[in-house]
Parts: sequence; C-alpha cells; structure tokens
Amino acid sequence: MMENSLYVSPSPHIHGGDSISKNMYGVLIALIPAFLVSLYYFGLGALIVTLVSVVSCVLFEYLIQKFIMKKEPTITDGSAMLTGVLLAFNLPSNLPVWIIILGALFAIGVAKMSFGGLGNNIVNPALAGRVFLLISFPAQMTTWPLVDATAAFPLTYTDAETGATVLSLLNEGVKELPSYTSLLIGCHGGSLGEVSAVALLLGFAYMLWKKIITWHIPVTMIVTVFVFTGIMHLVNPEVYASPFLHILSGGLMLGAIFMATDYVTSPMTKKGMVIYAIGIGLLTSIIRLFGSYPEGVSFAILIMNLLTPLINMYVKPKHFGEK
Amino acid sequence: MLRTFRIGGIHPPENKLSAGKKITAIAAPKQVIIPLSQHIGAPAQALVKKGDVVKVGTLLAKAGGFVSANIHSSVSGKVNKIDNALDTSGYRRPAIYIDVEGDEWEEGIDRSETLVKECNLSAKEIIDKIAEAGIVGMGGATFPTHVKLMPPPGNKAEIVIVNAVECEPYLTADHELMLEKGEQILVGVTLLMKAANVNKAVIGIENNKPDAIAHMTKLAAAYQGIEVMPLKVKYPQGGEKQLIDAVTARQVKSGALPISVGAIVQNVGTVYAVYEAVQKNKPLFERVVTVTGKAVKAPSNFLVRIGTPISTLIEAAGGIPENTGKIIGGGPMMGKALISAEVPVGKGSSGVLLMTKEESVRKPMHDCIRCAKCVSVCPMGLNPAFLMRSTVYQNWEMAEADHIQDCIECGSCSFTCPANRPLLDQIRVGKAKVMGIIRSRKSK
Repeated sequence: MMENSLYVSPSPHIHGGDSISKNMYGVLIALIPAFLVSLYYFGLGALIVTLVSVVSCVLFEYLIQKFIMKKEPTITDGSAMLTGVLLAFNLPSNLPVWIIILGALFAIGVAKMSFGGLGNNIVNPALAGRVFLLISFPAQMTTWPLVDATAAFPLTYTDAETGATVLSLLNEGVKELPSYTSLLIGCHGGSLGEVSAVALLLGFAYMLWKKIITWHIPVTMIVTVFVFTGIMHLVNPEVYASPFLHILSGGLMLGAIFMATDYVTSPMTKKGMVIYAIGIGLLTSIIRLFGSYPEGVSFAILIMNLLTPLINMYVKPKHFGEK
Repeated sequence: MLRTFRIGGIHPPENKLSAGKKITAIAAPKQVIIPLSQHIGAPAQALVKKGDVVKVGTLLAKAGGFVSANIHSSVSGKVNKIDNALDTSGYRRPAIYIDVEGDEWEEGIDRSETLVKECNLSAKEIIDKIAEAGIVGMGGATFPTHVKLMPPPGNKAEIVIVNAVECEPYLTADHELMLEKGEQILVGVTLLMKAANVNKAVIGIENNKPDAIAHMTKLAAAYQGIEVMPLKVKYPQGGEKQLIDAVTARQVKSGALPISVGAIVQNVGTVYAVYEAVQKNKPLFERVVTVTGKAVKAPSNFLVRIGTPISTLIEAAGGIPENTGKIIGGGPMMGKALISAEVPVGKGSSGVLLMTKEESVRKPMHDCIRCAKCVSVCPMGLNPAFLMRSTVYQNWEMAEADHIQDCIECGSCSFTCPANRPLLDQIRVGKAKVMGIIRSRKSK
C-alpha cells in the first residue's frame, strides 16, 4: 500500500489556477492598444522610453532582490515589467535615457522594494517614480513632443519638436484646443501612453472581460471628474472647460483604468473602492481647476493610495445576514 | 432568471465523472469498523460487548446526549472488540469492530421495494422514529436530524428545504439517488413536513442536473405543497445559509439558527433515510457513496454498509491508481484528506475522491497583493485576507469584530487566491480560537 506516501492537507484540495503573473500579464496585454497608438504618434521616442523604462525596472528589481534582499528574484511574475510600462506611459516620449533610469530606480527601489516588494508597497510604484521625476525635473517632464497627424512612427526622440498639452493650454487660458476626435484617437501632445482614450478603453474592456479588475474604480473616478468639472463649467463656462474635455485629456483615462486600479494600493471592498475613486476624482478636479499644476491625476492617486489602509480598516464588506 | 444566493460564490470545474452511474450495492466486507462518533455532538454509548451476536439493524450504541445519535449494526456477525480506530476525521476514536457472518436482518425491517405512502403517525412519533433510527445530516455536516425537527421554544418552522444542490465537484450520490428513489424522497419530504408541522417544502436542485429537476418536478406534481426549484449553479449553494438565501431570499443572521427565519434544511440523502426509517422501519446503516477521481478506472455510486473500509470501495471502482497522491473523504472543496484508505465509511461519507500526485501538491505561496478576489467570492461577506492576517498576528479582537466565527469553511477564498495563500487554513485556526474565547466569555 501507499499509506506512507499520501499527501494530507486541509481543504480545499483544488485551486482555480489564477496567479499573480496571469493578472500582471493580463494588464500588460490590456496596455498593448495604447502602446501601439504611442508608437504611431511618437515613433522612435516612445519605443526608446518604454524599452529603457521596462529594462531598468526589471533590472533594478533583480539586482535588489538578488544582492540586497538576498532572495530568489521574482522578475518573471510580470509586476516589474508592468511598473516599467506604466512609468513609461506617464513620461514624455522625448525624455533623456538617464532621467528615465532615475525614475525607474525610484519606482522600484524606493516605492516598491524598500517596503518589501510586491504586495507591501503603500503607493503605486510607477506613479511614485513619475511624481519624483516631475518634482525633480519639471522642465523636462512638462515639454511634450508635438504630434504630427500625418507622420506614422516618426523617427524622432529627444530631437522632437515640442509643444503644450491640452491641459497646459487650458491652464494658460488658451481657447484653441484639439478636437474631440483627436483626443479620442490620441492625436495630441501628452505623455506617451495617455493620449488615446479609445485605446485605453479597449484595454479596460479587456480587463473587465478577463475579470482582472472591476468597473468600480475607473467608472466612479471618471464620473466624479465629469460631474465636478461639469458643475464648474455650468457655473462659469468662460473660465472652466467642458467636462468632456476634462475626461478625455491628460492622464485621467490612463490613471483611472491602469494606475488607480493597482491591486496593492487600492481598497479591497466595493464600497471602499467607490470612496477611494471619488476621492481621486475630486482631488484631480481640484488640482486641475484651482492648482498651479495643470494635471493632478498622479498626485490624487498617490494621496488616495496613502488613505487606502484607513479605508480598508473602516469600510468592511457587507457580511451575510447584515441589514 | 434562476435563483441563487446573493453574496460571493465561485464556479469550480464540476468533474461529475460518476454522473449517470447506477447505484450498485457493495457486499459487506469480512469486518466492519463502526465508529461511535459519526455525528456532531456527544459520542454514542456502546450497548454491546465483545462476543455479542448482532444482526443487520441491531442497535449497537445509544445516543450519548441530546445532540447525539443512535448507531446500528450494518452487518450480521459477532462483535470482535471495541477499540479506538482511525476514522474519516483523522483521529483514533472508539469504534465497534464486527466480524461479519452471513447477512441476517433484524425482524421488522421491511426489505421490499414497495413504496409505502401512507403514514398515520403523529409528528412526535415521526420524530421519535427518526431519532431511533440514528439519522444525521448526510450531506457531511452530520447534525442529528431529530434535533433539527425540534426547534427551540419561540421558533416556528414555516418551510422545509431539501438540499439537493450537491455543489461539491465530483460528487453525484445525491443526484443518482433522486433519479432512482424520487418517489421515496417525496414521501420522505411529506413526513418531514408533518414532523415540522409546515405545509410548504422546496427541493433545491442546481441547474446542472436537468434530468433530476425534470424527474422530481414530474413526481412532485402529485404531492401537495412540494415545489422543485432549479437553482443557478454556484458553489457553495449547498451551504445551509446560502441555500436558505437562494430559496427564500432571507438571510440567517450571524450566530442564529436556520429556524430563526423559519427554515428547516435537510439533505436529500437524509430525506431518503427518513423515508426508510419511518415507512420501512430501517435504521441508518447504509448510504450512497460516490467513488471518483480523474485516474479512477470506474467512477461509481455505491450503496455501502456503514463501517466498510474505504479501500473496499476503491477496489470496487477498479483499484487504487498508480499515481494516487491524496485520498479525500468527501468532495475536493470541503472534504478531508485521509491518512489511510483503511478508515471506515461513516454516516456523513458522501464520497471518496482520489487525486493524482500532480493534483495533490499546492503551489508556492506569495505575499498578499490585496487583489480582493477573496473578498468578492466569500459567500459570508467576509474579508478572508484580513482574517488570515488577524490570525497570523493573533489579533483575536479584530478577528471577532470581522466575524471570523461566521466562516463556513467552504474554501472559496483559498481556491481563488492568485497568490496561493492558505487563507482557509489560517482562518480555521483563528476561528477555533475565537469560538473558544466566545464560549468562555459566555460561560462566565
């Protein structure tokens, strides 16, 4: 008999087969449409920035785990790669290589690994990296290459001609803005992954289908911004731009769909997610409309990341039998 | 729209390999081991001693308390000894060993196949007969059935719910029983309705058993007040509170009994046992057991005498496969891994599942990424990740405040976790601790 060779463990004895890497690679797949759009409009620059960011994020994670934490590197789980792509998507496509590497070091080294790695970080690593760069290199971080609608995959990088984004134009009170069509397809200046609302929404649909995320955070956040900026627009359309412009411009879609939904740094209950997303939406709108920065999504998400443990502590799921 | 319970739930692969396999009786082995604890509550007290001659259906041990159950012999022969024996719980506990000789039944047991519909007994008499026959919940919980039929003062039953959900993957014993003993089950339901003094009963069957739904619906038409309700497939619908929610849209509060919302839930196998006890005078000494697994040659549904070693069942299903890594008593979600194939079948043994070595090994665990998938699937509306954390840090106040004691141990959280965290393992530890704290506080 095989008495001595039986496994004995508590139930359940089967597992659904979901894994961390499946979710991470799922998000990466969802980012493909936005990446293709960025290659189309920003060309060589988008490719270089993304490659540098991904390679340095993965490399930093490997080196820190191997030589400082002295544990088996987990770079194959896809989370470092995802941080790399998301960081790149939040950068202008003409950013010099050395600045990108610094951003990756901050994202992985400071925001992620110093807290203990995946699952233990308190803020979104990619966003922390971006905000670190925005504060350290404000000039380089806020000059975006101009988009030429006719040039597919332009072969320009740091030599690209630069200009303003929709939000900075708004911030300066300029009235001539890109059309909604350009905003939807991505034919306007901005960080390389944020420009096309349509591409980002495609990714959102994919993640919903694969059950990687739920609708709660992205939809609540976008609706909040729409309602808040909409009210302000109704109050004074001369000063405050249309809510449609607000939800289609800047990093709102990218932030709502891919950054605010980061598992580790967002609340665990549906109610908590809604509170968190309303918070991000309000902060974003306030910074955009009344702050000196034209864009506020990154700051808003980081602030709400820090509030997440508190939300998790006090917003519990509705338990069975509770009225 | 089919009904189902409203919070959480998962869809594990069904793998009902033995579906449609007719129930076949397994001959009594040379020796049976009949444990004195086959139910929740106090162990039964042995009435026989070494050397006593017993028949099939002889009372071997009487209930050892209010929450306890009688135990009858499943074979005829001679008591060999009363000694500790390893059982499906994994512990060595007192059991009666009987050497089998012939197959002589107690007089008074009606062995014919004739359906007996009429019953002139009063509610009290029915309950007494159920208690006499030693019937317990046969879905696996093994709570004494007669106790459920005697609600505490101030509670009034309104509905009998028959649990024919069989939401555990692989298991088909209840399914097959409905196809073959549908009439008997319906008579059993009428007996329970009479015993509980209600005029309404619902048989809840998941929609993955359309043949059973059709069959039972057809038969039920001839019975007053019995409805067959198809339910949307979702695990753990067979959980008592989940089934009540699915059927009546009422949720039993934390710590309360099903009777608090007027419901009495009985497993379909139990209902059949009630029929046999009341109408055929037959105590509970045999049951239907599914023997299954991906590497098993002939997945089957067997009618088995209580006390038969699991190994006998496995032999009857084609023998133990070469690469068996785990033997589970019950289904893969809530069953217990057995430490030996020699443990006996008990009243609560719904199945034997053999898993291959590859299926038996857990994958390495990672840090929690707070994806909250465990929160979405928990059918009790708990936060399994936090309950595990509270247990690991021994924060019992927080564990209790987060309702760890409500966990029904269905395993949906561990099944779902992408980081392979042993959520339920830890929650069980914390739950036991917190229940202990609550008990000692109450006793003060």
